[in-house]
Amino acid sequence: MFDAFANALAFGVLGLDPSSHAGAAVQFFIMDVAKIFVLLFVVIYAMGLLRALVAPERVREFIRGRPDWQARGLAVSLGAVTPFCSCSSVPLFIGFVEAGIPLGVTFSFLIASPMINEVAAVILVGILGWKLAALYVVAGLVVAWFGGIVMQRFRPERWVEDYVWQIQVGKADLPKPDTTFAGRHHYALAEVREIVGRIWTWVLIGIGVGALFHGFVPAGWVSENLGGDSWYTVPAAVVLGIPLYSNATGVIPVAEAMLGKGVAVGTTLALMMSVAALSLPEMLILRKVIQWQALALFAAVLAVAFTLVGWGFNAIV
Amino acid sequence: MKQIKVLGSGCRNCEITANVIAQAAKDVGVEVEIEKVTDIAEIMAYGVMSTPGVVVDDKVVHAGGIPGPDQVRAWVRE
Repeated sequence: MFDAFANALAFGVLGLDPSSHAGAAVQFFIMDVAKIFVLLFVVIYAMGLLRALVAPERVREFIRGRPDWQARGLAVSLGAVTPFCSCSSVPLFIGFVEAGIPLGVTFSFLIASPMINEVAAVILVGILGWKLAALYVVAGLVVAWFGGIVMQRFRPERWVEDYVWQIQVGKADLPKPDTTFAGRHHYALAEVREIVGRIWTWVLIGIGVGALFHGFVPAGWVSENLGGDSWYTVPAAVVLGIPLYSNATGVIPVAEAMLGKGVAVGTTLALMMSVAALSLPEMLILRKVIQWQALALFAAVLAVAFTLVGWGFNAIV
Repeated sequence: MKQIKVLGSGCRNCEITANVIAQAAKDVGVEVEIEKVTDIAEIMAYGVMSTPGVVVDDKVVHAGGIPGPDQVRAWVRE
């Protein structure tokens, strides 16, 4: 359906040649804009109706006071279902510390949260199919689980800023959510407005990059240089992803275009994870609560983990 | 006069929230004092982790995201 619509618009209305570079790029762009935005609206609205998006205040209550493995399991899975604005990561970090949640568990949460969320997961299924979606989600959960454990080994407590330990968190008496259908509907609409409003630029940029890649990068060049036979493509993808930042949804069309041209699966996954989870703005925000050493370590642990994931998939697939 | 605090470390949504409240108060002709709280310790003291949060007369009425117009009108009116 989206394909036919994009064909009609790009080749019919705009009169572009389907075999030209520009034609292919524009067709891809129109198709993905239509598909991804429709999916975004539907998925976020549905999640909003179900109130499936968990507030960070509640995450903290769920996790606190549990044995390590339970806490980590909850942190990773709750991180995966909470699409936070990165401006919440500092209060979250402090809230977790104050609740006595181990830092390693907190890092597991901080890794899982930007990388996986249910909205991105559904769109992944819609664009790349359930197999790749499952690979991405499972790989993300594994990285979050072990990334946090590795961080713990380095005793990151010594790098937490002093004032963080002193903060006392009050008990919020948040108003009860309105659970009537009208209340849920309003909430869901507000969620759609809020989340789409926050991420639409990332998504458009992602689709634009994907479209250019799809239209202008020759498949022969890709298979020669990014085919997955050479060991350095995966670390190169990870390094490339560090300064690039987008949210998990925005990186999907880029992955779509890369896979379409025959870039190896592991290399593509490594780039997706690096772009979504390893970002300079995010790191700079966290600098308010932890020192440079911990941030550098965090980035290094993630970079190594993504590289291993990429190599692993390239070896298997 | 009603004291309204917008909790948030200066992200764009906090800015928008403060403006929405100011506008709503003007619309219904109520005088309010809006204060932006950016100090993280103070924000956390209210028990709010998802910003922006809104505090009316020292009671947390909202957390996480830009509040809806109906909500805002209710706060400035009551």
